[in-house]
Amino acid sequence: MATLTSARPSSSDAVNTAPYYSRQLRQFMLKALVTLLTCMLLLVYLLPLGNMMLSSISTREQLSQSASDSVIPSEPVTYNYQGTDYPLYSVPTPDGVIHTWALVEDRRNSSDFIDPANPEAGLIRWEGSWRTLQPERTFAPAWDNFGIAWEGIKFPRVFMNTLIISVIGMIGTLLSCICVAYAFARFPLPGKNILFVILIGTIILPSQVTLIPTYAFFATIGWTNTMLPLIVPHFFANAYNVFLLRQFFLTLPRELDEAAMIDGAGPFKVLTSVIIPQSWPAIIAVGVFHFVWSWNDFFGPLIYLIGKPDLQPISVAVQVFNFSYGPHPELIQATSLMALVLPLIIFFLAQRFFMRGVVITGVEK
Amino acid sequence: MAATPDTLNLPASTAPQTKQSRTVAQQQRVWGWIFLSPWIIGFLTFTLFPMIASFIFSFTNFQIGEPIQFVGFENWRNLFVDPSTSQSLLITFRFALVSLPIAIGLPLLLATILNSKMVYGKPILRVLFYTPYMVPAISSIFIWQSFLNGQTGWLNRLLRTIGIADPPNWLFDPSVITFGLVMLGVWGVGNAMLTMLATMQGVPTELYEAADVDGANSLVKWTRITLPMISPVILYNIVLTVIGLMQYFLPAYVLTNTTRSNPETNFFNLNLYRTAFQFGQMGFASAQAWFIFIIALILTLVIFGTSNRWVYYSGDK
Repeated sequence: MATLTSARPSSSDAVNTAPYYSRQLRQFMLKALVTLLTCMLLLVYLLPLGNMMLSSISTREQLSQSASDSVIPSEPVTYNYQGTDYPLYSVPTPDGVIHTWALVEDRRNSSDFIDPANPEAGLIRWEGSWRTLQPERTFAPAWDNFGIAWEGIKFPRVFMNTLIISVIGMIGTLLSCICVAYAFARFPLPGKNILFVILIGTIILPSQVTLIPTYAFFATIGWTNTMLPLIVPHFFANAYNVFLLRQFFLTLPRELDEAAMIDGAGPFKVLTSVIIPQSWPAIIAVGVFHFVWSWNDFFGPLIYLIGKPDLQPISVAVQVFNFSYGPHPELIQATSLMALVLPLIIFFLAQRFFMRGVVITGVEK
Repeated sequence: MAATPDTLNLPASTAPQTKQSRTVAQQQRVWGWIFLSPWIIGFLTFTLFPMIASFIFSFTNFQIGEPIQFVGFENWRNLFVDPSTSQSLLITFRFALVSLPIAIGLPLLLATILNSKMVYGKPILRVLFYTPYMVPAISSIFIWQSFLNGQTGWLNRLLRTIGIADPPNWLFDPSVITFGLVMLGVWGVGNAMLTMLATMQGVPTELYEAADVDGANSLVKWTRITLPMISPVILYNIVLTVIGLMQYFLPAYVLTNTTRSNPETNFFNLNLYRTAFQFGQMGFASAQAWFIFIIALILTLVIFGTSNRWVYYSGDK
């Protein structure tokens, strides 16, 4: 203790006498450290993705084996000696060398191995328990899982179903939201501000409160077990996308509208030849939003298409498949991967528009 | 408003031109209503009318395909008598209480990191932290189910490696399932992170420079400048998260349908779904829907009510 207390003043002196350039170095070290910690956080955050990917190419046996095993999908390596396959092991010998030998004859205290590099030498007697040896394994992804999952959820059909629902819905959303946003951004309407507040209010309306009558309505007009309830409502605009487009339209200079009107363009012509050509970033954002949302939607297809497996989109198909194939974790992971590939690709491609859209709807309200 | 410049340029005394400008304004209005009509029709058909109808249904014993009979306040009384309704409300509230701090705190932390000068590669980090939000919910649930698996899930492998001998079976053990579901929800923070980050980037740098002159350290700057300046976005995210939590459904539905049923995951909305679509009691389900709607509305109003104590609106907002 005495030495520690006496050492303290001298160490603080050392800090005070540090030369100036170490400040920059310290700054760099700190920045590197924060980056490293952030990357570790990111790694943990994305770890489930790694779990999914490796599980999806593992065999069922491997996933149900004891939890101490490696997470890498692998199988034992064998060596064919005189017509029989023997497993390879890492075998340490007293001279300190570790050999890769095939186990031919296993006994409790000593076993016979063959050296694949030199099979002519014949059997090699090794003293010790072979159970302590490390078996040689090789990376062996079970790509078959994807074939089984592809067949199991009838991927081409559910993919087409999802595509039909999301693309037609996207067209509907774009057409209706562009028109409505145009009305809110450019036209003098009595009570427009109140209507806009009502529109924004629908964002925080819990969907349950409209669920049952909407379902009853679609059931009455015979639309349940068709895709129509999942498509048609999108032709009537929604608050998020109208908001995003309106905010964007408001930033466009009115002078161009007016110039077009002086040239004799009507309101519709102004929309198609002045507003829309300037608004592609926002329009792409809305399109991607809707596409990803639609790919993600589960509850709508669940209640409207429960009796029609032929029309179900991928989200419901994956759930139904995994409900019936419960004890096949590797197939569950394979289907999960198949369901996320397309939305993720589209997100990465349109990422800049998309993120700007999120910022407009989330920040400016 | 678009017609105003034209009207201003016109000499007001000439009668035919005034008449013409009025018809232009009228025409503008007609076009405006035409462009607005999809939303008006949609709002009436898919929002206002169903809301009124579900309120009326809540006083009936409505079942699809059967004649409707009014039953007075029976459904509403049953809300308070039926044990599964109150139990499911309790489960939803308990889950919301645990989830909300994480749903706000984690994106706040990530946004702070990505806004600081102390980290390299911010654009790519931003995209990667946002990416899980793009994973379809159904995939995300199954991915986390595998990750949280008691035996082979990577989380428990990791916990065992760092010396925790017997980590819990997150999605089966009733005592920890709430935390399992909370972890399953952390992939949803991407949007909140992005909006908070964008707002932080919009905070005027003069404020930080002034604080530097006063010798404020980073923590003081964060609590006295950053936090107040982004408080409107925090409020917005709290409101959206609370309403989302009151509608919590999908993970509970998928997990209880693919694994064994668990009373711990009988969330309000799952209970409502069962009432409506498994037992067909649309009338009672309508009462439940209005009940949770009123609760969500009260919570929203309470949050907005407290907001003038902690939300700072700069400028004219």
